[in-house]
Amino acid sequence: MTIQAEAPKSAQPQLPHAGERKWQDYFTFNTDHKVIGIQYLVTSFAFFSIGGVMADVLRTELRTPASDFISPELYNQVLTLHGTIMIFLWIVPAGAGFANYLIPLMIGARDMAFPKMNAMAFWMVPPAGILLVLSILVEAPQSGWTSYPPLSLMTGKVGEGIWILTLLILGTSSILGGINFFTTIIKMRVPSMKLTSMPLFCWAMLSTSALILIGTPVLAGALLLLGFDLIAGTNFFNPTGGGDPVVYQHMFWFYSHPAVYIMILPLFGAISEIIPVHSRKPIFGYLAIAYSSLAISFLGLIVWAHHMFTSGTPAWLRMFFMITTMVIAVPTGIKVFSWLATMWGGKIALNSAMLFAMGFVGEFVIGGISGVMVASVPFDIHVHDTYFIVAHMHYVLFGGSVFGIYAAIYHWYPKMTGRMMNEPLGIAHFTLTLVGTNLTFMPMHALGMQGMNRRVAMYDPQFQSLNEICTAGAYVLAVSTLPFFVNAIWSWSKGVPAGDNPWNALTLEWQTTSPPAIENFETLPVLTGGPYDYGVEDFPDDMLPPLTSPELQPDSSAFS
Amino acid sequence: MQGSVDSAETLNYGTAVDSHSGHAEGHEAHPDHRIFGLIVFLGAESMIFLGLFMAYLTFRAVYPSWPPEGTPERELLVPGINTLILISSSFVIHKADVAIKKNDVAGLRTWFGLTAAMGAIFLLGQVYEYSNLEFGLKTNLYASSFYVLTGFHGLHVFLGLCLILGVLWRARKREHYSEAHHFGVEAAELYWHFVDVVWIILFLLLYLL
Repeated sequence: MTIQAEAPKSAQPQLPHAGERKWQDYFTFNTDHKVIGIQYLVTSFAFFSIGGVMADVLRTELRTPASDFISPELYNQVLTLHGTIMIFLWIVPAGAGFANYLIPLMIGARDMAFPKMNAMAFWMVPPAGILLVLSILVEAPQSGWTSYPPLSLMTGKVGEGIWILTLLILGTSSILGGINFFTTIIKMRVPSMKLTSMPLFCWAMLSTSALILIGTPVLAGALLLLGFDLIAGTNFFNPTGGGDPVVYQHMFWFYSHPAVYIMILPLFGAISEIIPVHSRKPIFGYLAIAYSSLAISFLGLIVWAHHMFTSGTPAWLRMFFMITTMVIAVPTGIKVFSWLATMWGGKIALNSAMLFAMGFVGEFVIGGISGVMVASVPFDIHVHDTYFIVAHMHYVLFGGSVFGIYAAIYHWYPKMTGRMMNEPLGIAHFTLTLVGTNLTFMPMHALGMQGMNRRVAMYDPQFQSLNEICTAGAYVLAVSTLPFFVNAIWSWSKGVPAGDNPWNALTLEWQTTSPPAIENFETLPVLTGGPYDYGVEDFPDDMLPPLTSPELQPDSSAFS
Repeated sequence: MQGSVDSAETLNYGTAVDSHSGHAEGHEAHPDHRIFGLIVFLGAESMIFLGLFMAYLTFRAVYPSWPPEGTPERELLVPGINTLILISSSFVIHKADVAIKKNDVAGLRTWFGLTAAMGAIFLLGQVYEYSNLEFGLKTNLYASSFYVLTGFHGLHVFLGLCLILGVLWRARKREHYSEAHHFGVEAAELYWHFVDVVWIILFLLLYLL
């Protein structure tokens, strides 16, 4: 996918906003997709830190069976905030950040389809997040991130009201973002780029935005009714007044199961970009990966009741949802095997981006396998609401999404800032994260099988030794973020200049300057090859991508 | 409009595509995808209603009788007239679209004005109905569903009415909308049709079923 400056210079209008990006721009209602992308990413990392501190507070409390560090009420509040923040203010906005930054660059557009709406969507996130975090000062929500009624109607109106309002704002933001991604990918590709020649990240975002657009509004409907129950005293979900709490569960999971894919699909896409670049091989099974994203997106919409096997769901319905849930393992497996086949026989560069990408594959597979286990009704009834579920979802969301986000940061940081990240610090970060993740979450499988309930501050003393391991792991994870934050902040101004294309990658975002100019491309690129044509034999010499400043290539680059 | 934008978009990104007055001051114009975006948005909006409808149908299915025992009788005359008005207004607003496609701004104003009046009558009819109903928001599950669903739809009618009034305000200048450039007209019309279709389903579910 190299570029040719076909159009004569004179035919191009002067770039209207030519000039340097000022740091102040990042604090304004700026409509440049690159500014918005970085705003999303920095904001989400800030909330990641807050949610991370909360996680360590929870783990400190759980080090001993008694309630000795914080009160049980505060534990419930921190637990609810940790879940809500990590999902809606960390992983979802981080995915939106990468999508905003990368989609226009990857498809050769100058911006998103609706730049003002894009900025509006971002600026809904910080106020909603701050509102949610500050609720701990008055009365935080206590009913978990799922907020099941009737519990959520009994644990304090203020906190629950704040929770509903926060989610409505974040949901609206997410929908506006989804409209933008969808329209941009469908309508704004360079004329020579067919759907089947766009980078796989765009396929993943196409599937993600479809899920956002179909699922999130249903959650909004559920929150609307829950809000009426909470504030106006109606009884939609309150059994004491003739309501049906299971209807809330259906509506909630109709969004919140697809939300799992909203959180993982963008990173599937990012990993599909990172692995071929650092393995110097064409992606294995381009179409299979592309269509499996669509398949995951479709199947993801018809599996939601597997969260409700213990909610009095009739047997025939359980059977349907058990089968659809297990079928999802097929498209996911296609992706995993395609990534492995891409690496097979490749010239792998073991740099931080690739290490995290490989870590992603390994850790995600553990979460995927425990996912197939809990899809089975009898096993799920045994482990429902235990730490086995906590282990499963953290392997998917931490071992999967968070590893993916780290990999994507290491991979695209040179493009975003024009500077390389420090490799030794990156490798230290990877090692600590890998050890910390498995130390924290692996023992939880055993705890769950033995019957330790989740969401409770106190537990049976027989579980203490394994819980101490989990808590130690959580501290390792806290420490693991230090080399990352030091690296990210230090490299921004002091890192080795990266040049335009430090990885010798072929996708379009690498064919412009680093960081890209304000409207991305001086002349719009024309595609002459596929996005993953690495090491293809009949690749003519004059079509090799420009090797900018080869002496500045990092040691990890396969071309150095 | 749709046609001109589509052809421009396939031709070039780099040169000025949209010569809409006010967009021309040296700013590189981007292709116009607003109608596409609006359709995607309406798709998402319809999912809110679909979710609420499914919740309503589930409530209905699990109750032994529906509406629950003791729900006062519902009057069909006012909502029936209201339904007829809202459905007809969809045809009226389409006349405005036909008019502007012939560059007939006066026709646009007339038909949009008529639609706005019909929308306002619908909302007044709904307020009248609310004030005469013998059940309140918390009477039972049917009553709560009735108020929340019709109220949420009414909010959408109100927003559609604001859009129509906004277009009318802009159309006071003859040159604002033209044969080639009338996104506002199209958007208001699409939104109004959407609100209309939702009402038809709502009417079937709440009054007739």
